[in-house]
Amino acid sequence: MNNADVRKPRLSRTAAFILFCLLPALIPVVVLTYFPIFKGIIMAFQNYSLFNLNDIRFIGFDNFKTVLQDPNLPTIMQNTVLWVFISLILQFAIGFVLSLLLYQKFPGRGVYQGLIYYSWAMSGFLIGIIWRWMFNGQIGVINDLLLKMGLISERIGFLSDPKWAMFSVIVANIWYGVAFFAIMLTAAMQSIPEELFEAADMDGANGLQKMLHVIIPYILPTIITTTALRVIWIFNFPDIIYAMTNGGPANSTHILSTFMLDKIVFGGDYGLAGAIGVISIVLLLLYTLFYLFATKASKAGDF
Amino acid sequence: MIILGIWLLFMVFPLYWMILTSLKPKNDIFKFPLEYLPERISFENYANIFAISKFHVYIGNSLLVSLLSAFIVLIIAILSSYVLARFTFRGSRQIMNGFFLTQMIPMFIGFGPLYSIMSQLNLLNKQGSLVLMYSVLLIPFCTLMLKGFFQRIPSSLEEAAMIDGCSRLGGLIRIILPVMKPGISATFIFAFVQNWNELFLAIMFIDREEAKTIPVAMNSFITKFDIDWGAMSAATVLSVIPTMILFALCQRLIVQGLTDGAVKG
Repeated sequence: MNNADVRKPRLSRTAAFILFCLLPALIPVVVLTYFPIFKGIIMAFQNYSLFNLNDIRFIGFDNFKTVLQDPNLPTIMQNTVLWVFISLILQFAIGFVLSLLLYQKFPGRGVYQGLIYYSWAMSGFLIGIIWRWMFNGQIGVINDLLLKMGLISERIGFLSDPKWAMFSVIVANIWYGVAFFAIMLTAAMQSIPEELFEAADMDGANGLQKMLHVIIPYILPTIITTTALRVIWIFNFPDIIYAMTNGGPANSTHILSTFMLDKIVFGGDYGLAGAIGVISIVLLLLYTLFYLFATKASKAGDF
Repeated sequence: MIILGIWLLFMVFPLYWMILTSLKPKNDIFKFPLEYLPERISFENYANIFAISKFHVYIGNSLLVSLLSAFIVLIIAILSSYVLARFTFRGSRQIMNGFFLTQMIPMFIGFGPLYSIMSQLNLLNKQGSLVLMYSVLLIPFCTLMLKGFFQRIPSSLEEAAMIDGCSRLGGLIRIILPVMKPGISATFIFAFVQNWNELFLAIMFIDREEAKTIPVAMNSFITKFDIDWGAMSAATVLSVIPTMILFALCQRLIVQGLTDGAVKG
């Protein structure tokens, strides 16, 4: 609405106001987010290690070669895919069912929601700690419960057995992430206008038809946006794995982001971490483009 | 109803188990068969974490860092989101996209350079580094979130005030902000919780006992001792209390804030 003001050669009052309001946000974000990211990308092409700061030089694609030739990379990529998509699908499916059930009013709904949403206010690190304790191989409560129910005959080393470790961290991630979808989808459903249901009733629609023809189409933009965002967040979320297994045993739970964290916070090798970061960005970008294409950008929420 | 019940058990049990463990005397924690109801309650684990660590200092640090950066980010984000909600100008679209993009890039890629910046600013091992970074990292998301709230308030409201002689900033502060209270509280709480929970920047920047936040301290519980599960669960319970209280009080606000701001943005 104030386009004309901004284009005047002299700084108008409105333009000055806009600058006054925006600069405190823009300058820090550019200086302390975009600049470090940009530098991190450059470091991907440098020999840049915290323990050898006298020998910083450009080495082309050597960091990428090191990462791509890492014997653990196939496992890490496979883990990343499992981590992201199994978590996403189950978080979404359970969250969707819960929000359909929560769509009906029942006594105690508010309290119920509070109790199933709370995990979402916790840190991934604490969640990791809690599940690490529950999945403990000797005195973990999960082993105890499964034994009591007769589902297993001897204790499972959930976090020490490479066969089980990935399963265990994903369970913890689902516990954490269902709340997000339940919150978002419930809110979206609550904004469905009553008239749509009345119209569906007049057409004699049953529950399933209402879900397919009223609820899902109406909340589709929310579904598309939340699942798109969620993939990126899960991809970049090393906290739970870090606290539960730190990538072990024998790299069986490393995903790209824990691998990168390992190189940077604990290895001090900014070059290698940068290369992993660039690979992550490329993968996320490809995913986003594919997703926008597959879902037709126009249907997604306006971000 | 059965599904709801099963899920409720699944959600509540882990926290119950943590509280239970934190209240068991040391010997009972490792006793077979496992106790599902407390037979003896003891607060020795809670006493222990204060005895073996400076847990009160960590709590103070976490409160200071989280509150301060939540305040800073709130002020900055109110200004930027107001402008982005009310004006369309050259570059406004790009700014929004630029803010959105920060949510997509793995922030770890910038950690190395940030470490150098903090060491040049002489902020390593000081809470200032965290206050600064937590504020900056939340500006984009909080701006997008608040923008959603501003867009739901008709601009005629402050325009009327401006006709009555109020400046634009005056109109924002005196007319709009009071109406925006729910959105502002939701954003503040969101920022506080994020800061309270942050771990990896804090591990990078802080190594001095006196400056540690709770997550950093708990992280060193892991590496220093072969986890003392009694102390660890007591620390876990203590460290979730503030966010739980906030969450319980303002759950509806947060839910509304997130759906309005982030998704429909």
